[in-house]
Amino acid sequence: MTTGLTSAPKRTFVARLADWFRRSAGALALLCLSSVAAAEWGLNMTPGVTDVSVEVYKLHMLIFYICVAIAVVVFGAMIYSIFQHRKSKGVTPATFEGSTKVEIVWTSIPFIILIAMAIPSARALIQIEDTRAPDMTVKVTGYQWMWQYEYLDEGLNFYSNLAIDSNLARQLGSEIDPESVENYLLEVDKPLVVPVGKKVRILLTSNDVIHAWWVPALGGKKDAIPGFINEMWFKVNTPGIYRGQCAELCGKDHGFMPIVVTAMADADYQQWLDEQTGRTADLAEPADTGSAVTQTAVVDDRERSMDELMAAGEKSYITHCSACHMVNGAGMPPTFPALAGSAVATGDIAAHIDIILNGKAGTTMMAFGAQLSDFEIAAVTTYERNAWGNATGDVVQASDVRAQR
Amino acid sequence: MSTETLTHDEHHDHGPESGLKRWLFTTNHKDIGTLYLLFSLLMFFVGGAMAMVIRAELFQPGLQFVDPAFYNQMTTMHALIMIFGAVMPAFVGLANWMLPMMVGAPDMALPRMNNWSFWILPFAFTLLLSTLFMPGGAPAGGWTMYPPLVLQLGDAFPFLIFSVHLMGASSIMGAINIIVTIMNMRAPGMSLLKMPLFPWTWLITAYLLIAVMPVLAGAVTMLLTDQFFGTSFFTASGGGDPVMFQHIFWFFGHPEVYIMILPAFGIISEVIPTFARKKLFGYEAMVYATASIAFLSFIVWAHHMFTVGMPLSGQLFFMISTMLIAVPTGVKVFNWVATMWRGAMTFETPMLFALAFLFLFTIGGFSGLMLAIVPADLQYHDSYFVVAHFHYVLVPGAIFSIMCAVYYWLPKWTGHMYNETLGKWHFWLSTIFVNVTFFPQHFLGLAGMPRRIPDYSTQFADFNWISSVGAFGFGLSQLLFVYIIFSCIRGGQKATDRVWEGSHGLEWTLPSPAPYHSFETAPEIR
Ligand code: HEC
Ligand SMILES: [Cu+2]
Repeated sequence: MTTGLTSAPKRTFVARLADWFRRSAGALALLCLSSVAAAEWGLNMTPGVTDVSVEVYKLHMLIFYICVAIAVVVFGAMIYSIFQHRKSKGVTPATFEGSTKVEIVWTSIPFIILIAMAIPSARALIQIEDTRAPDMTVKVTGYQWMWQYEYLDEGLNFYSNLAIDSNLARQLGSEIDPESVENYLLEVDKPLVVPVGKKVRILLTSNDVIHAWWVPALGGKKDAIPGFINEMWFKVNTPGIYRGQCAELCGKDHGFMPIVVTAMADADYQQWLDEQTGRTADLAEPADTGSAVTQTAVVDDRERSMDELMAAGEKSYITHCSACHMVNGAGMPPTFPALAGSAVATGDIAAHIDIILNGKAGTTMMAFGAQLSDFEIAAVTTYERNAWGNATGDVVQASDVRAQR
Repeated sequence: MSTETLTHDEHHDHGPESGLKRWLFTTNHKDIGTLYLLFSLLMFFVGGAMAMVIRAELFQPGLQFVDPAFYNQMTTMHALIMIFGAVMPAFVGLANWMLPMMVGAPDMALPRMNNWSFWILPFAFTLLLSTLFMPGGAPAGGWTMYPPLVLQLGDAFPFLIFSVHLMGASSIMGAINIIVTIMNMRAPGMSLLKMPLFPWTWLITAYLLIAVMPVLAGAVTMLLTDQFFGTSFFTASGGGDPVMFQHIFWFFGHPEVYIMILPAFGIISEVIPTFARKKLFGYEAMVYATASIAFLSFIVWAHHMFTVGMPLSGQLFFMISTMLIAVPTGVKVFNWVATMWRGAMTFETPMLFALAFLFLFTIGGFSGLMLAIVPADLQYHDSYFVVAHFHYVLVPGAIFSIMCAVYYWLPKWTGHMYNETLGKWHFWLSTIFVNVTFFPQHFLGLAGMPRRIPDYSTQFADFNWISSVGAFGFGLSQLLFVYIIFSCIRGGQKATDRVWEGSHGLEWTLPSPAPYHSFETAPEIR
């Protein structure tokens, strides 16, 4: 069952092979030019968009230049010596074998440089650690493999998953050229939205394993650890979209849980907030998966056609389920069961809805009841019961899901 | 005539056994050294093959060859195998071969334990590698084995723990043997401060090993009981703390990185004076610098964990202690440069590797210094910048020093000169490709690419394919190394006893190839 989601440009094997050769041949040529060409590829840390990130960038450049200066002296002496003090020049080796005075000098000079370096670093660190008096607080929870954002004072709560285009293209052997996907692997369905000029405090934790929340433009990262709450903060100076990724190995799809932060002017942010919280009344058209608010409060029992459910179900499935059960429903036995031909997905409907709503304790199959609306669960259930040869013909409606909540 | 019979008589039970039994039951330091070195070479290629899988997958954005789960198995196994299977056994092999010869002893002090400490390793790595064929696959949670992730492993989990235990036991036995040999079996007159630097650095390394391998064993045992016996040392829901594992692990892990570099310092300190035809500059300063690095290595562990959320004072402490390590390390580099200064240098393959070590290890030292700056580390941490950093200290650092040592002592071991032209080819190919592989990774990290990911955003594509091309080149160049070694074992120009014009130290007073037992009668040291 394809619904046009996989229609991005496909590349033949030959085209890919040719690409390989082109790149390999280009490699050596490019190395020679690298200093020129590479300037556009992002060679260095970027200053970022917060005061802290600019501070960090300056520190990075300072220590870098100190290293360069030391390197010039040390490597300079080595290169000079390699060229001048060689046997082929007919020199006789000197006989000196040490000098306490010299040792003291080259122990103390680095020492002084290091102290000089430690002072601005400590100052910046104190600033970074000062999470007091935030204007707003967002609790960020890491999951295998997505992020949850809870705006603690605004009562807003949603999950943020890898965008569907990237998700399709990143499948092994997908034949979709990543270059054709905008912001490949760095796009999500629902970004974290924050106002500029406000001190945003992030409270970090995790639901399963350790993750780390890293948006380079915001100045750094922090671990999200199960059972613990970590704090960090940022105040964005410029509106824009800033992208990052999970930075602590968290299992199979560690590379596929990006972070997108949209910073907007305060007025725009307020408007966005109103839309999000107001949207509860208008859940009828969940155009994108991963709705913004906790959906359970809203009753949405409209009947949908099979086609509508299948289309929405495929999207939801790819976004929320394919990490484990794979896009083609084959799973990764024994860890993640196949859904194609599975007893649950072709058997009792209530049991099928139940495992999606409530998960299965002690396994990585988590409860999706809080994350997905009745409609989305209905759609995904319908999809699983009719995709990949599971031709049950069953149609599950939102009201069926509601009844089992 | 009569002397000959006498000699023969004395040696009646001292020759090597023939066939497989020689290698299984040997208690001879040279045989065991050879076993260690060959094992390490094998593991270098096994781990290297995994690196090739990693770099092939990263050649282009998108997943072409392996799924993400297998990719994680490759990164994890690559690290475990390279650290515990390639680098550490290579240094132990060099110690076995060279320490008795360098301190004027007939053999290692504890020959039977020596046999056992080697023969544990094939079992340990068979266990570890067998996990590749188990349901759920090989360990995939990173060589750092952080819980809770590591607890999600399938059948591989207990095998991982047990093989780590075995590797630890082997290392501890090796370390005990080295300490006992150095402390008790030096030739008369060789006071500690007359001992060459390679034994010195190994002596200090051996103490580090004894201090930290049990800590690792403890950490993984706690993982084991958390998984199977209902404890919750590291499980927050049971009152445990996953971060505590990281503290314990890095209390082992940081000294471990010095375990992999101090013997390298020793090798470089032997090689540079030989080819500069000049004595090592600041011998005592070198010894004290090694000792201070070893001491400092115990109080810097949390610099691997600046992002876990430590108190400010903790972060400042670990930042400053880490920066301090740059001081003795700098002293070493300065002393090596001063040794070269106004020498009469020639550039045979060992010297070339030593010089490349000096340049490239120092680059790794610079990025290490940058990583110590906590605010900047919050950006660098877990990015490719870190990958670049530790590969610079481990590949052109530790591994180049091992290659340097092999070329330096191979004529003494085999009695033949290796092929110098091929040696130079091997050097230049390795040096060029190692930089092509790892230098661009600095840029990737600074541009925001996290480590341990099988696929990446398209903006990282260019440096990644360059890095992959470098890696394939580096991998292929190592076949040359194998060829050079084996053809040198089989034959070649006869080596003199001194081998190198500027050689110094007891090992060069022995014939080439060195006799089965090193110093039957202790040499006299003035
Ligand atoms: C993090 C991995 C993961 C994700 C994401 C995931 N599942 Fe599962 N799922 C599992 C595991 C593991 C099981 C097996 C549980 C068990 O041991 O019975 C499972 C079992 C199931 C089963 C029962 C299959 C059978 O034959 O026993 C269904 C149906 C199912 N999942 C549906 C879904 C749906 C729908 C989604 C997305 C909304 C989803 N899963 C997302 C891991 C996952
Ligand atoms: Cu993660």
